[in-house]
Amino acid sequence: MTTLPAGAGAAEFAAEVTATAASLRTFLHGLPGVDKVGADQRAATLATRSIKTTAKQWALDLAIRMVDLTTLEGADTPGKVRALCAKAMRPDPADRGCPPAAAVCVYPALVPTAVETVRGSSVRVASVATAFPSGQVPLSVKLDDVAAAVAAGADEVDMVIDRGAFLSGRYDEVFRQIVAVKEACGAAHLKVILETGELGTYDNVRRASWLAMLAGGDFIKTSTGKVSPAATLPVTLIMLEAVRDFRELTGRQIGVKPAGGIRSAKDAIRYLVLVNETAGDDWLDPAWFRFGASSLLNDLLMQRSKLATGRYAGPDYFTLD
Amino acid sequence: MAFEYAPAPESRSIVDIRPAYGLFVNGEFVAPADGESMKTVDPATEEVLAEVGVAGAADVDRAVAAARKAYQRVWGPMPGAERAKYLYRIARIIQERARELAVLESIDNGKPIRESRDVDIPLVAAHFFYYAGWADKLGHAGFGANPQPLGVAGQVIPWNFPLLMLAWKIAPALAAGNTVVLKPAETTPLTALLFAEICQLADLPAGVVNILTGAGDTGRALVEHGDVDKVAFTGSTEVGRQIARSVAGTRKRVTLELGGKAANIVFADAALDQAVEGIVNGIFFNQGHVCCAGSRLLVEESVSEELLARLKRRMTTLRVGDPLDKNTDVGAINSAEQLAKIRTLTEIGEQEGGQRWSAPCPLPDRGFWFSPTVFTEVTQAHRIAREEIFGPVLSVLTFRTPDEAVVKANNTPYGLSAGIWTEKGSRILWLADKLRAGVVWANTFNKFDPTSPFGGYQESGYGREGGRHGLEAYLAH
Repeated sequence: MTTLPAGAGAAEFAAEVTATAASLRTFLHGLPGVDKVGADQRAATLATRSIKTTAKQWALDLAIRMVDLTTLEGADTPGKVRALCAKAMRPDPADRGCPPAAAVCVYPALVPTAVETVRGSSVRVASVATAFPSGQVPLSVKLDDVAAAVAAGADEVDMVIDRGAFLSGRYDEVFRQIVAVKEACGAAHLKVILETGELGTYDNVRRASWLAMLAGGDFIKTSTGKVSPAATLPVTLIMLEAVRDFRELTGRQIGVKPAGGIRSAKDAIRYLVLVNETAGDDWLDPAWFRFGASSLLNDLLMQRSKLATGRYAGPDYFTLD
Repeated sequence: MAFEYAPAPESRSIVDIRPAYGLFVNGEFVAPADGESMKTVDPATEEVLAEVGVAGAADVDRAVAAARKAYQRVWGPMPGAERAKYLYRIARIIQERARELAVLESIDNGKPIRESRDVDIPLVAAHFFYYAGWADKLGHAGFGANPQPLGVAGQVIPWNFPLLMLAWKIAPALAAGNTVVLKPAETTPLTALLFAEICQLADLPAGVVNILTGAGDTGRALVEHGDVDKVAFTGSTEVGRQIARSVAGTRKRVTLELGGKAANIVFADAALDQAVEGIVNGIFFNQGHVCCAGSRLLVEESVSEELLARLKRRMTTLRVGDPLDKNTDVGAINSAEQLAKIRTLTEIGEQEGGQRWSAPCPLPDRGFWFSPTVFTEVTQAHRIAREEIFGPVLSVLTFRTPDEAVVKANNTPYGLSAGIWTEKGSRILWLADKLRAGVVWANTFNKFDPTSPFGGYQESGYGREGGRHGLEAYLAH
């Protein structure tokens, strides 16, 4: 890995390794490889951690606070989004002690509805953009998409990278697109979706993670949720290693968001264990780790009330939105 | 905000430890002839778990005679397919009672329940299943059309993987048609005694498996017994030498699986995060009580600083403590004696100029514990680079070129295992060919499978256990 002069920050470092297409390529291909068998094994071992009682209580509340409650359907309507926002603000109407979710995540057209509904609460509005989920449109269209979302009041923008460019080795093009999107975001936080299910190898996941971080992404996110496999533990492990190493090298902390396929509280807790033992507890905060999910929230609520009361309530006691 | 894992102990209630155990001879538990007994303790708490019989010469005579009779009358003449039925039955009972065996192993040995549950016991069952499959196919194993069993096997096993070593010894012996007298280690007899109950449950004919508990004297009497046809030993090189001397000039066949000082070789192009996991698994798995542990880390100098920083960071996340807690990574040292040995050698390491770093983990007040430790600035001349410590202590050496890595890796009287970490396939093949080690792992470490032979070069012993090769040790051809 490139060594960095002491005191150099993220900007200087990024400027150096991304100076030319060749230097960027050299840097990304010089990253240590990922051994798939070993990475899968590590993730599987951490998945056997047994989180009980007080630790479970703490983890469930944290996981609820980390949920980006998501609806990304062609059939989304203002009514659907308003219901989702209400759920995010008060996930468990029966329990005032239940924390709110981190954000709602919607298409740009529904950002105005979401912004209006969550106003005054701590829930943020995230919008997918850049021709989500494929990203296969000209850059100018992507930037318009982002501008529209930001203008409508989105706090966070979830962009997709151009996997076609990435897989054909045009790292520089991907880099420049992310930089342009970041600029279009203005004050909004940028989450960069790598769509790891389309990247094919863990080496590519690591390279794409570094590419997104170098380009100024605030978060790296696994998936759109429209491609299978979506988030997995090993892929998230590799991304957590990347943000850990990036901070060590540059001093800048980047968030991680696994999205898609995380449905149970048990799974969510496994991700938190992974965060805890890979990147460390600095990342155990909604500012640095999120879950892109929808049905997960109800399972978290169900397990939470089970811990509090000692019994499982039926699914009808939790709202379907 | 810190994520503190609440205690998650596996329940002890599944095991039923009796206050006292006899010897298992000819299908039943009997008191030792001279009534001697010893205590086995829980190394995590120093509490006495049970009184266990100490077999004397008379008991060894009885057990060997029972094994001889069972060999001649029942087990030897039995068709292989019939023997297989018993082995399959044992394997299934082990699977059914896996949790009980895992808990008991962790209590008596000190190893984390995660390992006894996920590694030891599944492998035990796998060994019985695997060798059960061979029992009626011995003529196709490559040892002639009609290979014959040897007779009575005297087997002595160590305390680091009590039930797994039992399986490695008993499964191939029985599959090949031999009967056995086995002595478990002095500090870890309980799972072997539970295995004896499983033999009863499986209706294994009396005398086919005999378990004699005791210490060194019991082992010596068994190994030196005149009516034993085959001696199999896993343990220290020192005792292995004594055994080799005592069987020299007799008709006994012998296999020895002894110590090691394995090189785990990391090249600059390795997948570093996984290499770190492999190093941790290589030396801290089972508290480093592993004969094939990767106790010498050979790292390419150009990447040593970065690798060590990553290794130390990873070591700070190791959870040392209650072996029965499901989140424990490193358990208790098996005995006070072993702990003293580890302490002595690490003190010598410091005196000789090695830089010691131990993971900052809290240790329980009672019991036998040692923090995961790494020594840097170690050279080939240091004792901690040459002698087997058999504990959670890693010695780090550096090399400059692949040739130097080969020379340093092979510069040991042992030769049990080695590890190679590189993303370059051609280098793996080149290096594996040059390493004098019975097992060479590439981009992994401490992986075991019943189909794969295991054994050493030089002072790490001779003979192979596991796989088709493992049958040879129990067949005349």
